[in-house]
Amino acid sequence: MTATTPTTSGSLRSRIVTVALATAVLAGVAVAYTLHAAQRAQSADTASEFGLDRGQLYFRSTEAGAGRVARLPAAKGTQAAKGALKARRTTGGPSCERFYAAADTGLCLQRRAGIPPKAYAVVLDDRLREKRRIALTGIPNRARVSASGRMLSWTMFATGDSYAGSSFSTRTSILDTRTGYLIKNMEEIPLTLDGRRYHSPDVNYWGVTFAKDDNRFYATVSTKGRTYLVRGDMRKWAATALRENVECPSLSPDNTRLAFKKRVRKGSRDPWRLYVLDLRTMRERPVAERRNVDDQAAWLDDGTLAYALPGADGRKSDIWSTPADGSGKPVLRVRGGSSPAAVR
Amino acid sequence: MYLATTDAVAKTSEKSGARRGRVAGPVLALGAVSLVTDISSEMVTAVLPLYFVLQLGLSPLQFGFLDGLYNGVTALVRLAGGYAADRGGRHKLVAGSGYALSALSRLGLLLAGGATAGIGAALAADRVGKGVRTAPRDALISLSSTPDTLGRSFGVHRAMDTTGALLGPLAAFALLWATADAYDAVFVVSFCFGLLGVLLLVLFVPGRREPSVPGRREQPVPRPAAPTAPRPTAPRPRALALLRVPAFRRVLLAASLLGAATIGDAFLYLLLQRRLDFAVSWFPLLPLGAAAVYLLLAVPAGRLADRVGRRTPFLAGHVALLGGYVLLLAPTDGLPLLIGVLLLLGVFYATTDGVLMALATPVVPRERRAGGMAVLQTGQALARLVAAAGFGAAWTLWGVGTALTCAVIALTLALAGAAALLSRIERSP
Repeated sequence: MTATTPTTSGSLRSRIVTVALATAVLAGVAVAYTLHAAQRAQSADTASEFGLDRGQLYFRSTEAGAGRVARLPAAKGTQAAKGALKARRTTGGPSCERFYAAADTGLCLQRRAGIPPKAYAVVLDDRLREKRRIALTGIPNRARVSASGRMLSWTMFATGDSYAGSSFSTRTSILDTRTGYLIKNMEEIPLTLDGRRYHSPDVNYWGVTFAKDDNRFYATVSTKGRTYLVRGDMRKWAATALRENVECPSLSPDNTRLAFKKRVRKGSRDPWRLYVLDLRTMRERPVAERRNVDDQAAWLDDGTLAYALPGADGRKSDIWSTPADGSGKPVLRVRGGSSPAAVR
Repeated sequence: MYLATTDAVAKTSEKSGARRGRVAGPVLALGAVSLVTDISSEMVTAVLPLYFVLQLGLSPLQFGFLDGLYNGVTALVRLAGGYAADRGGRHKLVAGSGYALSALSRLGLLLAGGATAGIGAALAADRVGKGVRTAPRDALISLSSTPDTLGRSFGVHRAMDTTGALLGPLAAFALLWATADAYDAVFVVSFCFGLLGVLLLVLFVPGRREPSVPGRREQPVPRPAAPTAPRPTAPRPRALALLRVPAFRRVLLAASLLGAATIGDAFLYLLLQRRLDFAVSWFPLLPLGAAAVYLLLAVPAGRLADRVGRRTPFLAGHVALLGGYVLLLAPTDGLPLLIGVLLLLGVFYATTDGVLMALATPVVPRERRAGGMAVLQTGQALARLVAAAGFGAAWTLWGVGTALTCAVIALTLALAGAAALLSRIERSP
């Protein structure tokens, strides 16, 4: 920067002083804001203050004890549910982005900031203490535990880095806690579609749900812009597509029905409705919830579904429940929560 | 006429001493602006998916939609930015408003909270800002350099730019780590960097009139290119008029041809990941490797381009990319494959990105510089979009091996075509 150019105002010296001052001010703002934000942060203590007990509804709290698992007594019926809304939640569970639990096993998907940021699937025992930790990449999305607590599955969104654009793909893992066998990415599973073995590099699986026998499972596969419900078999390690437009299936405790989100509209504006598919008749019907549900629903019992929706009154997320047979009305279950899981 | 113009510039600057091997002040200033701005923008880019999906609970579908919506917008806005900058030589003003708009978009993100419309508006503002500023900035670099230092100037600028792009994500993840995921802190710090970039531009980058000549003009050469004076002979810049310049057309065609055989980094990283079974948590670091090579080689590649002519490194860079494709087809495995592909990709960027601008400069008249660069960049970007879509389709239809073979053949043909097209452009400078 040798010659002063006629068009930039002021001498070189005064411009350097201006930049130095401005840098100091901006750095001050940046540092002050960061320090303020750091103080606001809560400690990410993973030790849980409670364990897994029957008759409790577990969820990730986004209000008191935000980011950590909390629980409430699971109530049956609409009136009881309204009472439960007033009940005090017990906070102080493990810190998770997604959570699910069944029988004596909890599954907690975590993300830890850092360079690069890390993600983990943490297997928890009946006291919600860490049993196993699996390093992952991407953004936690779905977590499921089979009714017996043996089979675990989770889905991560693999995000492209800043150079790779914004297309998301999913990576779904399955863990057998009895044998310790881990399938990091189930996309290599032989898939039959329309009666034929199907090959495509763009298959993506998500939202696995296990049957009582810990062998059969259902999931969503997407390929070439379509989504299908698949039925899978762990022992045979094979999957068959059953029908189109079924996402995030969730098997009822009696294994006769599947709750799922169905795409009812193209584009990104309110695309999904919650449906229930009867596996004996293969008939589907919508539930009473008319809003856009982007969640893998959880069965509170054989007649009730719970799911997260964007929260009211500035809350990030609320948990609602609705009868699975299409009757009745949705009920607000938890103010400020997501990832519902009823331990029966 | 155009050759006469550039010759005149060459003579004037020889006397002003810009030949001593140093890059002109305004180029360094623009490099600093880009460095700081890239820290700002890559900070946000790196955390946006996390922010949207985990903090706001948007579905990735919505995010993809928001993001994809603006890719087309950027291309159009870039053309408009180039055109506006050429009218009256307002490069600095147009580039500056682009930088300012992008900086302000961070505040928009902060204020939007979870409102999808607000986020959409903030992202749109960022993309518009980015689109608007690119061509005037590159025009300013070219106008501030002598013809024989163009390669070096663009090399220095791209090296500084890439440094910012490398530091941005690191800064963002460090901030998230220090504040336990306070995304608002990332936006505020990004805003501060963005503002600093605008300030550097305002204070240190010369505006109107004569960005090109550092020092006095001693030659009263009649300058048909003087941007502010009304010219009876040269018509006002028309975007499409440039396409009638044969040399420009050839460069544009060559760049688009090669762009249409460039399958995109995302695919290369994906292929690497499939071939190598390394821990997935390393996956996000792959682009850093290529960027580091780019950063280190940008200046040497620019100097080389100044010495041997820009055509050779530009074509050689695409040969390096071709080497990367072949490596992915070959039975190489493990670390050699990883290092080889990242190295070749870095070489590709170092020898083509800035060098293309240096290659194009002499064939675009001064008063249409920004518009010409915008057309060139847009043509290349659109061609690359087509290539990525085509490769994706080929992969789905025929499998990865066949798709890669197609890419190799396409790039070989494109290289032959580009070499023929460019052979008449440039004799050694």
